[in-house]
Amino acid sequence: AEAAELRARLRAVRHTVLVLSGKGGVGKSTFSALLAHGLAADETKQVALLDIDICGPSIPKMMGLEGEQVHQSGSGWSPVYVEENLGVMSVGFLLSSLDDAVIWRGPKKNGLIKQFLRDVDWGEVDYLIVDTPPGTSDEHLSIVQYLSATHIDGAVIVTTPQEVSLQDVRKEINFCRKVKLPIIGVVENMSGFVCPKCKNESQIFPPTTGGAEKMCQNLSVSLLGKVPLDPQIGKSCDRGQSFLAEAPESPATLSYRNIIQRIQEYCEQHHLQEEKIM
Amino acid sequence: TERANLAGVQHILLVLSGKGGVGKSTLSTELALALRNAGKRVGILDVDLCGPSIPRMLRVQDSAVHQCDSGWVPVFVGQDKAIALMSIGFLLERPDDAVVWRGPKKNALIKQFVTDVAWGDLDFLIVDTPPGTSDEHISTVEALRPYQLLGAVLVTTPQ
Repeated sequence: AEAAELRARLRAVRHTVLVLSGKGGVGKSTFSALLAHGLAADETKQVALLDIDICGPSIPKMMGLEGEQVHQSGSGWSPVYVEENLGVMSVGFLLSSLDDAVIWRGPKKNGLIKQFLRDVDWGEVDYLIVDTPPGTSDEHLSIVQYLSATHIDGAVIVTTPQEVSLQDVRKEINFCRKVKLPIIGVVENMSGFVCPKCKNESQIFPPTTGGAEKMCQNLSVSLLGKVPLDPQIGKSCDRGQSFLAEAPESPATLSYRNIIQRIQEYCEQHHLQEEKIM
Repeated sequence: TERANLAGVQHILLVLSGKGGVGKSTLSTELALALRNAGKRVGILDVDLCGPSIPRMLRVQDSAVHQCDSGWVPVFVGQDKAIALMSIGFLLERPDDAVVWRGPKKNALIKQFVTDVAWGDLDFLIVDTPPGTSDEHISTVEALRPYQLLGAVLVTTPQ
């Protein structure tokens, strides 16, 4: 009966993309926020962004929604809207103080994730993006389990170039394979820094073992793109603004846009294949 | 013996952060090396079950561990092989295997890690943690509370 409830709620969601990483601090939430903004630039598309990082919810701040409250209506919890076609839900909205720590064990976290999926009234959604915490734990197992009521188009896995990140990301790729979650591809963040003055490129996080490119080759997954470091990215995130809108000329923006387009194409193609099968 | 394994440790230091990727493991490693350089007896306990970074940082990612009568024998690292290290990384058959465990199983392992490693006499035991405030953190603090818990160092980046 629970599965039926979830299925009903998620029936109007056309595409679901999970943003994962084995490693923390590589830019999952940043990427999720920009993916949402990027997809919502098409005003005919309805985009939903779900933040299930219960211990460290970054999405409210990145979307400029800190301090917002969640309202309940007859049809469920209402997401917080950034734009008319871009709704957001995060545990961050449920905390009474911004510095409150959510110190919960697994089962309680799972309960909240289920509630998000069951009780949030997303309405008709073209893209549901799910931002996750780092690791391969309760949250990840639960979201894959609960979303099996609908279908997940796939996962985008985020990394940075250094081996210390890649070794965690390989585990994440194996997790996806273990739970039969398709991998749309890998994004390599913080991939080089171009000085705005002298235009010299530096490798802040040198790819000592070949970076994401080599890893993707070895594991037969798609490399969706590499995004260079741009200090404006962090600033935009801190201020809750879309980096894509604030720095349209940045090489990082170009990279992000290309990656977003590839994800869109993957989802559309996936959908066509599904329709053929049906 | 449960009491004994941590009885010889003078100071236990936790390295924490809410945020991932800020440099906890890096700092834990550098702190251990610096303390060792200053002549202290040092151990590192890596309780990041999903992303154990310490073994690679100390170039022992291919090490195996074994047990003695009093518990797990740590791997000795550093230039003079005098820093004692225990990490879940050592227990994985294949390094790319994901540890896909829910809370209760993680808690059981952490408790075992904390009480079943034969550390011997140490001046400092540095405990490296994963990001967040969840099962691993609750279990680690609970398991360490009866011992000489000095305190926590919190790591962040500027943004």
